Amino acid sequence: MRYSALRVIKEALTGHKGWEPVWRSPEPKKHYDVIIVGGGGHGLATAHYLANQYGINNVAVLEKGWIGGGNVGRNTTIIRSNYLLPENEPFYEYSMKLWEGLEQDTNYNSMVSQRGILNLYHSDGQRDAFVRRGNGMLMAGSDAEILDQDGVRELYPFLDFENARFPIKGGLLHKRGGTVRHDAVAWGYARGADSKGVDIIQNCEVTGFDIKDGVCTGVKTTKGDIGANKIAVCVAGSSSRVMAQAGMNLPIESQVLQAFVTEGLKPVLPGVVTFGAGHFYVSQSDKGGLVFGGDLDGYNSYAQRGNLPVVEDVCEGGIAIMPAIGRVKLLRSWGGIMDMSMDGSPFIDRTHIKGLYFNGGWCYGGFKATPASGMCYAHLLATDTPHEFAKGFKLDRFRRGGMIDEKGVGAQPNLH
Amino acid sequence: MIINHPLLGPRDAAEFVYLGDASLMNRPEWKGEEASDEQTEKTLDAYHDYLYIRENKAGEHKELWYHEQGDRSWLIVTRNTITHGISKVELARDIAVANQAKGESKK
Amino acid sequence: MSQVNRLNSGNVHTAINREKTVSFKFNGQTFQGYEGDTLASALLANGQVLVGRSFKYHRPRGIFTAGSEEPNALVHLRAGAHQEPNARATVAELFNGLVATSQNHRGPLKYDLMAINDLMSPFLSAGFYYKTFMWPKVFWEKLYEPVIRHAAGLGEISKLDDPDIYDKGFLHCDILIIGAGPTGIAAALAAGQAGSRVILADEDFQMGGRLNSETYEVAGVSGSQWASDAIATLEAMDNVRLLKRTTIVGTYDHGIYSAVERKTDHLLQSDGKPRQVLWKIYSKHAILSAGAIERPITFPNNDRPGVMMAGAVRSYVNRWDVTPGQAVSVFTNNDDGWRTATDLAEKGIKIAAVVDTRSIEPLAKFPGAHIEMGTQVVDTTGRHGLKTIILSNGKIIDTDCLAVSGGWNPNVHLSCHHRGIPTWNTDLHAFVPGNDLPAEMYVAGAANGDLSLATAMQSGHAIANKLAKALGHKGRVKACAKAEDESTANSDFWFVKTDTKARSWVDFQNDVTSKDIVLAQQEGFNSVEHVKRYTTLGMATDQGKTSNLPAMAVMADNAGKTIPELGTTIFRPPYTPVSISTWAGRSRGKEFRPTRLTPSHQYAEKQGAEFVEVGAWMRAQWTPKPGETHWRQTVDREVTQTRNSVGMCDVSTLGKIDIQGKDAGEFLNRIYCNTFSTLKVGMVRYGLMLREDGIAMDDGTTARLTETQYVMTTTTANAVNVFRHMEFCRQCLWPDLDVHLISATEQFAQYSVAGPNARKLLQKVVDKEHDISNEGFPFMACGEISVCGGTPARLFRISFSGELAYEIAVPTRYGVAMMEALMEAGKEFDSVVYGTEALGVMRIEKGHAAGNELNGQTTAHNLGMGRMVSKKKDSIGNMLSERPEMVQDDANRLVGFTPVDKSKSLNAGMHFVTIGNEPNTENDEGWMTSVAFSPSLGHSVGIGYIKRGHERMGEKVTAFNALQNNTIEVEIVSAHFIDPKGERLRV
Repeated sequence: MRYSALRVIKEALTGHKGWEPVWRSPEPKKHYDVIIVGGGGHGLATAHYLANQYGINNVAVLEKGWIGGGNVGRNTTIIRSNYLLPENEPFYEYSMKLWEGLEQDTNYNSMVSQRGILNLYHSDGQRDAFVRRGNGMLMAGSDAEILDQDGVRELYPFLDFENARFPIKGGLLHKRGGTVRHDAVAWGYARGADSKGVDIIQNCEVTGFDIKDGVCTGVKTTKGDIGANKIAVCVAGSSSRVMAQAGMNLPIESQVLQAFVTEGLKPVLPGVVTFGAGHFYVSQSDKGGLVFGGDLDGYNSYAQRGNLPVVEDVCEGGIAIMPAIGRVKLLRSWGGIMDMSMDGSPFIDRTHIKGLYFNGGWCYGGFKATPASGMCYAHLLATDTPHEFAKGFKLDRFRRGGMIDEKGVGAQPNLH
Repeated sequence: MIINHPLLGPRDAAEFVYLGDASLMNRPEWKGEEASDEQTEKTLDAYHDYLYIRENKAGEHKELWYHEQGDRSWLIVTRNTITHGISKVELARDIAVANQAKGESKK
Repeated sequence: MSQVNRLNSGNVHTAINREKTVSFKFNGQTFQGYEGDTLASALLANGQVLVGRSFKYHRPRGIFTAGSEEPNALVHLRAGAHQEPNARATVAELFNGLVATSQNHRGPLKYDLMAINDLMSPFLSAGFYYKTFMWPKVFWEKLYEPVIRHAAGLGEISKLDDPDIYDKGFLHCDILIIGAGPTGIAAALAAGQAGSRVILADEDFQMGGRLNSETYEVAGVSGSQWASDAIATLEAMDNVRLLKRTTIVGTYDHGIYSAVERKTDHLLQSDGKPRQVLWKIYSKHAILSAGAIERPITFPNNDRPGVMMAGAVRSYVNRWDVTPGQAVSVFTNNDDGWRTATDLAEKGIKIAAVVDTRSIEPLAKFPGAHIEMGTQVVDTTGRHGLKTIILSNGKIIDTDCLAVSGGWNPNVHLSCHHRGIPTWNTDLHAFVPGNDLPAEMYVAGAANGDLSLATAMQSGHAIANKLAKALGHKGRVKACAKAEDESTANSDFWFVKTDTKARSWVDFQNDVTSKDIVLAQQEGFNSVEHVKRYTTLGMATDQGKTSNLPAMAVMADNAGKTIPELGTTIFRPPYTPVSISTWAGRSRGKEFRPTRLTPSHQYAEKQGAEFVEVGAWMRAQWTPKPGETHWRQTVDREVTQTRNSVGMCDVSTLGKIDIQGKDAGEFLNRIYCNTFSTLKVGMVRYGLMLREDGIAMDDGTTARLTETQYVMTTTTANAVNVFRHMEFCRQCLWPDLDVHLISATEQFAQYSVAGPNARKLLQKVVDKEHDISNEGFPFMACGEISVCGGTPARLFRISFSGELAYEIAVPTRYGVAMMEALMEAGKEFDSVVYGTEALGVMRIEKGHAAGNELNGQTTAHNLGMGRMVSKKKDSIGNMLSERPEMVQDDANRLVGFTPVDKSKSLNAGMHFVTIGNEPNTENDEGWMTSVAFSPSLGHSVGIGYIKRGHERMGEKVTAFNALQNNTIEVEIVSAHFIDPKGERLRV
């Protein structure tokens, strides 16, 4: 069913009786060309692009719970292509371009809102690093502007310019960055994939892989065995647990990242702001809540809940740059499990097991990558060659010495 | 969280700095001054696995914490990564000494 | 206007103090209330039924509850910088001078222009926005979204800095009791009498919980009397701490709870006291006695002002002596609802009707009241306040307040913060705490499903008694007070089914109706989480405390499932919303993070230095002289004076690590990539430290003072990390080495003395017995000396500036004196104090790497120091730095750059591209890391990384900087701009 203005009006006047399910709920078939394990944003995007760009629609997405229930359903909704390194920036810029056409592509309003992202800097060293980053962004076809203190003041007059421990000296502005209604991304991709015949199967947990002589031919699930020519794992947050079923250990640790939302407010923040001398980033949702986050809890965890010191640390960061939000009340905090990779960058790669593919290690940056990750993974699955923008995201890069370490903190996941 | 320091008793986890899996204690042996190419590759494999590959267990996890705002002890904490329950806390140095003794006796 | 709805019943239960009249303003109008009122009870007393507008449809809304679960009555509390948005009137304590305004309307509250949304509601159904606003493409951000954003949101902030102060503190106890209702008080008495250290916390400003709102008797006196007596008893116990106005908001690991105490929110002015305190409570055990929250029945047009929870109506009548209406009706599916009618009737309030969904014998009769059994309320009327209710039997009843009771939900919130799943209780038709509670949490009373007063109190008493005994506390515990065991019979009637177009609200604040739920399911959103996300159910400021279960009932019915089959969404902290300032506490403004000052900070301050933040340190950046109008003038002068004569710089912030033991040399061999065991006593060596992954971690000099003692310096930024890393290596990797470490960063004040006259100057302060001539103390020498007649010091002949230079370290307490002595001695040489900026200029002129170059992404190979990595020994990072992609021939190399047109400036962050190539990612060959204007050369110089840089000397490349609009041509040169042969160091 295509959504159109006419349709919306008609349904409104006839009691919304005609709306159909956004996706079907089929029973699994015995065999597929491609099985995607994980019905999160990346898995659904992969299915969408496999079916819509690469013409492969004999595809199943297997989700152990409800689709979009992973990190696509619990992030802080930011999209951006303001990365530093040449292995990353073109990929995220590609993602940004796909975001810009997403609604027309999926016929679903995911509310892509390019409200601008401002990264504040507080020292000359940070400014230098931002100039390097900004020029790299421009070279990759993205947008960047460097602002001095007055430039920041013009956009956000109520930041703490007078009394700060680390005074704001300026910022790197990325105007095409912004926010997206995160749940709608999963639903939009589900709709796009489903409409081309992809089977989205919820409440279907993969409990093992059928591997013989180094070839993977299918999966065992709570809904029975399902065969496939290619099995594409896409379960960031649970990557180590799932890949352990294939006998693989990964360069990944699982850690908790918290996110926060306040009560709804009338518009205060036009765009996204990040603090450069502490861990805090914030935007305001269309509903009015300030959505913000900060540092990882900092230790291995699968608990999907946060600790108290990080709540304090993040709010301290918030008050440090915006003392005007002090009386706004934090409504809800939650925690998600991140695939923290050893260099802070992701993987989209084949494994040493034929027919088994892996997408993961997105750290806390997976949401913004969703479209490009889906497209590049679909490309890999369809052609068995890496997509030009995802060439760096290989599992063997640590052995080769080709780390993609944006922050330069080395093989310590909790610092990325 | 509260970490029951073997020398100092219960301390808030905020006093500590986390490093990661206690397997980081098991640093591979150096290849030696006169290593062959093959030995070099094998040693590089071992170092790669040591530094980058993690079991990343959901459940009991032995991990390294450093009492930075305290006595500067490195501790091995056995903690469940699903419940965060801590079942054991040891001085890392004690374990390192024991491991070395084991290693020596093997030779 | 007088308090038209205030009762004069001689109520013995009331908690208001009629002696103290309190005056307040709502929407500009002045009203009176009494001490003990909440804003809500005072508004109701004054007949203010309409208090706000709903989120989406801007429907008129009134007070719905009497507690923190309130979905409707949200206001701006106070004004100006003190304005708090979304304050719940039901928990806002009234004080003289309180100012409140209603939220979310355009124009007056009564005539909100945005109410047009209600007429548009067919177009604004759940998820409508996902299907529309897509055409044409650009209109979303330009038109639709701004309109939506302005319509959405609730309260407003002042955009002024929060003027209050906030504190944090730690508390420890044996047993934390959460909620001081009958259960919590019974538990606290038992545990307190046993001798346990108890904290009893309650969010209300008056402890007692439902006892304050009911007419029950406990131990022969009124419940509220018993509660206040018991609280007095507890207050007298040394081992019990009472925290009223304190909400336990989060359950964390290992018995840690976060709590917010409102210290001055009930006062007109905080008078320098903290507004709120964030307590971190460390408990051995916790008893959750948070009671239960009444749930509504869903029926058409159930959101009108005047429709309220039945228990809340009782609270207003019993506790505050206020009747929410003059003719009150009750709509119930359980026995407890009747209690509202009974209590009201006893106070002479007219009961218009009691409507019970159950076909049973009426529980009571009231003069003039309709008693309608097996009947439902199917609609209501009244634009700004309830006028009539329409019953399923066709009767239309005039009433201005409808008290609704759908039964009580145990308040399981805090028991689920560790993601424990509550279980379904088929007797209560409600979720109760499950088996997977947070460790050492116990649930008692109504929170655990023990709804009657007697059973609740007994469970609190029993659990506390047991816990105290287990802790070994043997004090004599008195028996639990006797209380009524009232009927809690209920039924599972959830919502009124109608075939009319009228909407029934399940989530009042977010304007989610039962139709929205059904539509979501129709569109395939079958999981509870999907429905929540699609409709925004339960995502309002009350987090669904009164709406989640009614919505699930609709969902279950529509899906042909039971409620427990659907599961629940997840309860997340905080229990009630908490100001961001409260979490931040004192860590704000200048106190956001600690500030470290060097020993001679005051000296630099006196000289007029400008300071800069370097991590936690404040360092002198430059010290302007009168007449200098631009920082460059100052820095150029500082550089020139140093290079021409002599300058001093405070380098105390560098990390200093004392390394001792007979294996200290071997230890350093393994820590640094180059060799230190061969370093002679009395000499210093530059060391490069790698991480295990072969990336440069830090660099600095290490001096060998004796056979078994070395002193390492680290960069300012890495001092802490390096020390931690070395302790890791010492304790975890090589416990067999005899070596000990201690950080000595704060024990020494250290100064660089640089320039051709450095030695001459030092000779004036160093005691004569120490030979510091070029022969006696050559380049890279070190030693323990004395200065100024016997003050111990350490002298290192090392140079960052490229000049003849020393670093001299004295015990911290002599920092200022040392600086003064150096300046005094330097007068004849026209010496200067130079800051970090001049330090930076000189190190760039000399081509030394610093933070911008050692950024955690560079190898020794990149730095041109590949050969320093000794292959004759094991060291951290040695192996992995051999990986193929880390030693490639075309890797980036650190070199120098000058602008081809010397009048142009370089910028750090320029990217290098071969001339003629497109400036794109593929053609990117490196970047400029650091630049400076060199006063010595008279033009801009820079260092940076470029592919194969060392082989490209003299080549011109494009330095791309579109970001700052300064793309220019530059020439690749040696990074050693000054004294490339290093002759100045050695004279």
